[in-house]
Amino acid sequence: MILAFAESRGTALRKAAFEAVTAARELGDDVHAIVVGPSGIAAQASQLDTSRVLVAEHAAFTQYNPEATAALVAERVKTGGYRAVFFVSTAQGRDLAPRVAAKLGAAFAPDVTSVATNGEEIVVTHPVYSGKAIATLVLTGAPAVIAARPSSFPPARTDSASPSVEAIAPVGDPSASRVVVTELRTGGGAKLDVSEAAIVVSGGRGLKGPEHFTLVEDLAASFGNAAVGASRAVVDAGWRPHSDQVGQTGKVVSPDLYVAVGISGAIQHLAGMRTAKTIVAINRDKDAPIFKIADYGIVGDAFEIVPALAAAVREARRSG
Amino acid sequence: MKIAVCIKRVPDTETRIKIAGTTKIDETGVKFIPNPYDEFAVEAALQLKQKAGGEIVAVSLGPDSAQETIRTALAMGADRGLHLKTDGQPYDTLAVAHALAAELKGYDVILLGKMAIDDYNHAMGPALAELLNLPCVSAVTALTIDGTKGTAEREVEGGVEVLSFPLPAVITTDKGLNKPRLPTLPGIMAAKKKPMESKPAALGATHVTVRSLALPPERPAGRIIGEGAAAVPELIRLLQTEAKVL
Repeated sequence: MILAFAESRGTALRKAAFEAVTAARELGDDVHAIVVGPSGIAAQASQLDTSRVLVAEHAAFTQYNPEATAALVAERVKTGGYRAVFFVSTAQGRDLAPRVAAKLGAAFAPDVTSVATNGEEIVVTHPVYSGKAIATLVLTGAPAVIAARPSSFPPARTDSASPSVEAIAPVGDPSASRVVVTELRTGGGAKLDVSEAAIVVSGGRGLKGPEHFTLVEDLAASFGNAAVGASRAVVDAGWRPHSDQVGQTGKVVSPDLYVAVGISGAIQHLAGMRTAKTIVAINRDKDAPIFKIADYGIVGDAFEIVPALAAAVREARRSG
Repeated sequence: MKIAVCIKRVPDTETRIKIAGTTKIDETGVKFIPNPYDEFAVEAALQLKQKAGGEIVAVSLGPDSAQETIRTALAMGADRGLHLKTDGQPYDTLAVAHALAAELKGYDVILLGKMAIDDYNHAMGPALAELLNLPCVSAVTALTIDGTKGTAEREVEGGVEVLSFPLPAVITTDKGLNKPRLPTLPGIMAAKKKPMESKPAALGATHVTVRSLALPPERPAGRIIGEGAAAVPELIRLLQTEAKVL
């Protein structure tokens, strides 16, 4: 049996919850999910395509509660005799999975892009040096704690699952955790994160100034639901927040479409986006390294090309 | 205040990775730097000491070359170095966490980067905190410590979490927290005279081993489809019919 941690925020499951289920299935057919949240979250269980869903509801799980969640998941893995537990390497998964692994003294592999078994061993692949190389890792001993790289496993979301739902009690008092999330600020609008978006449009120094990012924002808006990213140069210059940075010291993204506007393509940037399915580059310099990996490159002035592209995308989506 | 800061020696972000043998990178001509995220931790430690006083120990685990990285932290202003010596750089996060935990008892604050840019594991801080049974806040972009109480902010997808926690604690640092100072020439000179202890690392059991290391599959060679706005209709056609993303 394999356990999948179904990440949630408030009473809603996150995309990562369904990716964890998909990744867990790579190791075995009998997958259970564990959901930790405030009262009412049990109603989400029917979206989880697993045979069983363990649900812990408590007011102290309204915000992410790292200590109580780690304690509960570790205890369930141990008492349930699970071979492995899966997370996704989101902000929450990156905080939680190593805690669980340390509690269990388990083999631990985060940010994995594939999972397989070889006899008693679990074999995973994990991008290192920000994707400039791929490590094949062997995990020995049970249980194993594995976190899937975001957007690497298709989310197994469903409307019609009928898992057996079991209410479980927290370990100890979750209100007594030392680390407390006192607030989650989402800044009003639900800003789409570059690490989760299917389409990312990024801008670089070729835009010449922070005020010109409106071009990139408009192109992103033309696709409907695209996130806006940025190169390290413009983040370091203070044009954009660090949360938007794509690259080795920013986020590693794997969207369906990545559009690089005015980004030359430094090695550390390419490391962050080279696994995008399709890459479009717009740059004035025909020798820019970004064109070596772009599926479709256009040489020229971003100030002329980007508005034309945004208009054409809007037209295509209207008529398509 | 007793402050420890953990730093790792990693290849520079602009390094072109080549594989040597089956499980290692070719280090010929590779420039090594202190892990950039750990530099935010060193700066946070220095600011904390400025405010609350105390001593900063810079800790690095690895072969003898790790001492160079410790010297950089000493040149930035840390007080003494602790080198936990290993043959080569171990991969298994938890094995390393055990070695650090064995040496880091009794500190008020333990700071380290949210991840190392070589193994990309993002795991050492939370794992170390569990082994020491300390509170942990990870990947912080804002940090305030007042007496024995801390508050921090961390970025999550589409938002910012605000956290409160008591000291002693383990804190991992993200870009945006501060701007690490550069070592000054007097700092570099002073660092040579600061104490550096070196002792064997007591690594924990290994459950994860690297079987092979390979370069990622090559992307098909790039293709320039045209120049200027005139190329936009062709791009739209390709995005619709070939890439099928529109």
